[in-house]
Amino acid sequence: MSDDELIWRIAGGSGDGIASTSQNFAKALMRSGLHVFTHRHYPSRIRGGHTYVEVRASADPVKSRGDGYNFLLALGDSFARNPQEEAYYGNEEVKPLEENLDELREGGVIVYDSGLLDASEIPDFEERVEENDWHVYDIDLRSLAREQGREVMRNTAGVGVTCAITGIPLGAIEELMRDAMPEKILEPNVEIMQTGYDLVREEYDVDAAEVSVPTGEHDEEQVLMSGSDAIAYGAIDEGCRFIAGYPMTPWTEVFTIMSQNLPELGGISEQVEDEIAAAALAIGASHMGVKAMSGSSGGGFALMGEPLGLAEMTETPLVLIEAMRAGPSTGMPTKPEQADLEHVLYTSQGDSQRVVLAPGTVAEAYEASRRAFQLAYEYQIPTMIIYDQKLSGELTNVPASHFDREPNPDIGATLTEDELADQPHTADGKFHRFQHEGEDGVSPRSVPGQKGGRFLATGNEHNPAGHISEDPDNRVAQMDRRQRKLDAIRADLDDDGLLVEYGPEDAEYGVLTFGSQQGTVEEAVDRLNENGHSVKALTVAELAPYPADAVRAFLDSVEEALVVEMNASAQFRGLTQKELGTHGELLSSLLKYNGNPFEPAEIVEGFTTKLVDDGELPGNETKFVPAAGD
Amino acid sequence: MSAFSAIGEEREIDRDEYTPDIEPQPTWCPGCGDFGVLKALKGALPEVGRTPEETLLVTGIGCSGKLNSYLDSYGFHTIHGRSLPVARAAKLANPGVEVIAAGGDGDGYGIGGNHFMHTARENHDMTYVVFNNEIFGLTKGQTSPTSPKGHKSKTQPHGSAKTPIRPLSLSLTSGASFVARTAAVNPNQAQRILKEAMEHDGFAHIDFLTQCPTWNKDAKQYVPYTDINESEDYDFDPTNRADAQELMRETEDKLYEGEVLTGVYYRDDDRPSYQQEKQNLGEMPDEPLAERYFDGDYEWERSYDRFIDKHK
Repeated sequence: MSDDELIWRIAGGSGDGIASTSQNFAKALMRSGLHVFTHRHYPSRIRGGHTYVEVRASADPVKSRGDGYNFLLALGDSFARNPQEEAYYGNEEVKPLEENLDELREGGVIVYDSGLLDASEIPDFEERVEENDWHVYDIDLRSLAREQGREVMRNTAGVGVTCAITGIPLGAIEELMRDAMPEKILEPNVEIMQTGYDLVREEYDVDAAEVSVPTGEHDEEQVLMSGSDAIAYGAIDEGCRFIAGYPMTPWTEVFTIMSQNLPELGGISEQVEDEIAAAALAIGASHMGVKAMSGSSGGGFALMGEPLGLAEMTETPLVLIEAMRAGPSTGMPTKPEQADLEHVLYTSQGDSQRVVLAPGTVAEAYEASRRAFQLAYEYQIPTMIIYDQKLSGELTNVPASHFDREPNPDIGATLTEDELADQPHTADGKFHRFQHEGEDGVSPRSVPGQKGGRFLATGNEHNPAGHISEDPDNRVAQMDRRQRKLDAIRADLDDDGLLVEYGPEDAEYGVLTFGSQQGTVEEAVDRLNENGHSVKALTVAELAPYPADAVRAFLDSVEEALVVEMNASAQFRGLTQKELGTHGELLSSLLKYNGNPFEPAEIVEGFTTKLVDDGELPGNETKFVPAAGD
Repeated sequence: MSAFSAIGEEREIDRDEYTPDIEPQPTWCPGCGDFGVLKALKGALPEVGRTPEETLLVTGIGCSGKLNSYLDSYGFHTIHGRSLPVARAAKLANPGVEVIAAGGDGDGYGIGGNHFMHTARENHDMTYVVFNNEIFGLTKGQTSPTSPKGHKSKTQPHGSAKTPIRPLSLSLTSGASFVARTAAVNPNQAQRILKEAMEHDGFAHIDFLTQCPTWNKDAKQYVPYTDINESEDYDFDPTNRADAQELMRETEDKLYEGEVLTGVYYRDDDRPSYQQEKQNLGEMPDEPLAERYFDGDYEWERSYDRFIDKHK
C-alpha cells in the first residue's frame, strides 16, 4: 500500500447523500493542500442502486481516476430492493460492499455499516479479506446516526470514521459543513462525525491500517470544479445570455447552472417542448444579435440535426453542446462513452460546415467554451462542444487564477447602422448579407430592427440579398465562401489551439486520444516512461476542422501509435485516417465501451501487451483492434 | 440610444414598401389563396405602423414559405414546421420588433404541431398565420392534417381514414389568447383581423383559408362565407370562452359540409403575454437583450467575481 495517495470510495444507494458528502470531502482535502480528482458511478435511478464516488488525493497533481482504490466506506443502500436471490438484480442490500470489492487494492481499508450490511451474505468474504490483507472495520453507523436522531447522517458518521483511520483532522471537514449546511442540521452532523471519530480512535486499532492521507501544499489558490461548471462559466464570460434546452442526462448539468444564473445576469433561459425547438430558439435569439446556446445529449442532439443545418446555411452563429453518454438509443444514461463523435461531425443533410471541439480537462472545458463562442460569432458558424458524462461530473482542482479573465461580449462580424450605410444593397434597399467575397469567407451581418439592414435568411441556397437562387455560379460562389471559413478557422487554431502534446519529444511510440481521456492517457504515458518505454501522447481537442498537419507531424515522429477512445467502432481513429489519408498502418486502437472510463493501468497494459509484446489482453474490459493491414 | 433606429420610427408607410424589387411577382398559381394573405399583410402592416425594417417575418416550408420572397421586410425562411420556435426566441431577444410567423397547415398542424401547442400555451406576443388549404401543395397534392375524412390523394389512394384536425379548438385548448379564421376570398375581413391580431398583446392565431386551385380542385373556394362577428344569425361574444369553444366546433364541422364560417372566435385581452409573465418573475430583462451587445458602456459581469468563491 502506497502512502502517496488516498483513493477513498464512498458507496451506497442513490439518494443516500453520496455526491454531497464526497464533494465536501474532496474540497476539504484540496484545501489541505492536496490535488484531488473525483470519479462518480451511478445508475439511472433516483432512489437506490449501486452508486459510488471516488475521491483521489495526492501531493502531486492528479489528472485521472486511479487504478482501483484503497479505502472503501460502504454505507447501506436505504432504498435497496427486496433481497430475492432469484431476481436478476440480486441482493441489492449488500451491493455497496460486495460490488466494490473487486477493485479494492491489496492492503486496503473497508469500513462498512454493519447496521445495514451483513457481510456473511457475501460469498467468501472472510477468505477474500485475508487473501488481500484488507483491514475491515464493521461499525454500526446506522445506530450511531439513529442516536443522533437522523438515520441519513450515517454518511457523516462514516466520514468521521474515515478521518480517524486516515489521520484527516475533523476541523477541515467541519469547516466545509459550516459553509454548506443550515444551522438546524449542522450541529447534529458535527456531533455525529465526532462520535464516529472518537469511537474508532478509542475502540479500534487504527494503526493496523496502512492507509493514510498524504500531505501537500499548493503553489497558488485552487478551486474545485467540474467540466459542466467550466463550460457554463466560459459561456457566461463570452457574454452568452440566452439558453434554450430540454432536460437530458448529462447535459442537464450545464443547462441547470445557466438557468439558475442567467436571470440575475439579465439573461433568458427557456426550457422548451423538445430539442428541435431548443436549437431553433437559440438560432432565433442569435439571429437578433444575442449570444445564445443550446445543447443536449445524444438522443436529444439527434433532434437538433435539422436546425443545425439551418444555422449552417443561414450562417447564424450558434453554440451547441453535446454531452455524450453510452448509446445507441437510450443506451446507458448515466455512463460515459465517446461514441457520438461521428453523430456530431456529420448529422444533418448536405456538406457539414461546422466546428467541433472536445475539451480534455476541466480547465480546458472553460477554454473550449470561450473558443466555441469566439469562433461561432466571428465566423458565423455553428460550433459544437462535445464532452461526456466523465468530464461533465468529475471534480478536480484548478488554479483559481485560470478563471480570472475579462469578459468578451463581442458578437463578431455584425455591422452597426452607420456601417450598414456603406454596404452594398439592392436597388430597393435590401442589404447584401451574403456577399460572394468576404475576408476569411465571412460576410458581415445585420440584425432585425436595424435601419438599412433588411435581408432574407433562408435554408435554401440564396443570392447576396438572401433571395432563393439556384443559379449554378451563385451556388458555387456561396458554397466556396462558406467552406473558406473552415480554412480560416483551421489557420486560427493552428496558431493558437487546444492540442496538447505530452511526454518526451523524441519518443518512439505515440498515444493518440481525444477529449476526456486526456488525463488518464497522460498518467499512463508517465508510467510507461518510468517503466522504460519511450512514449508520448497527443490529445486532440479540435475535431472539425481537423488539425491534419499537427497530427501528421506527430505520427511522422513515432514508430507506431495507439489510439485510445471510449467507443466500440474506433470513430476517432477512423476520422484520423480519413483526414490524413496516410499513416493507417501505424494506428492500432484500444477501446473501452463497458460504461466505465479507462483506468491508467488499462492503457499501460494495452500498450505493453499489444504494441510491445504482441500478447493477449486479460479480461474483457478493454478491446484491442490492430492497425489496418495487420 | 437604441442601436435599432427602425424600431418605433414614426412615419407614413406606403404599402408598396413591402413589395420587393427582386421578386415583385409571386410564383404562386393563378387563383391561389396565398395572394390573399400577402395582400392582407401589405394592407395591415402600414395600418399598425410597422415598417419593413422593424418587422421580422418568419416562415416555414411550402408554398406559404415563399411569402418571405414576396414581402419585403427582415425575413427568416426557416425549415418545415419550425417557424414558431425561431420566431418566439426572436421576440424574446428583441421585443421591439414586430414578429409574424407563417406557414401552411401541414407545417403548423402536422410536423410543427408540438411547437404550435406550446407557443399557444406560453402566449408569446406574436401573430401566427396558418395558410390552410387542406392539402400539401408544393409537394403536389398529398392529404394534409386538415384534409377531410375520405380525401383521396396519391398517398391516400383509397381516401383518408383520418378525421381532420380541429385547428381553432386546438388553439383555444392550448392557450392562444386570440383565435380567428378568415379566408383569402374575404380581403377586407382578412386585413382587419390581421391588424387586430398584430395589435393583440399575446399569441394571435389566424387560420387563413387559402384555396388551392391546382391540387385541391374539389374543395370549396370558401364562398359564400359568413362573418360570425357581423352576421345577424350569430349573437356571439368572442370573450366568452365557452361560447367560442362551441362555435369553433360548429365551424370546423361545417367547413366540410360546405358552409364557411369566419371571424374572431376568441380573444382574452387581460391575459399577460409570455414576455410580461417572465418579466414579472424576474426571468427576463426589461431592456431588450439585443441592445446590450451594441452598448459599449454595459458592464458585463465576470464569472470569476460571481462564482469563484463557492469553489474555494
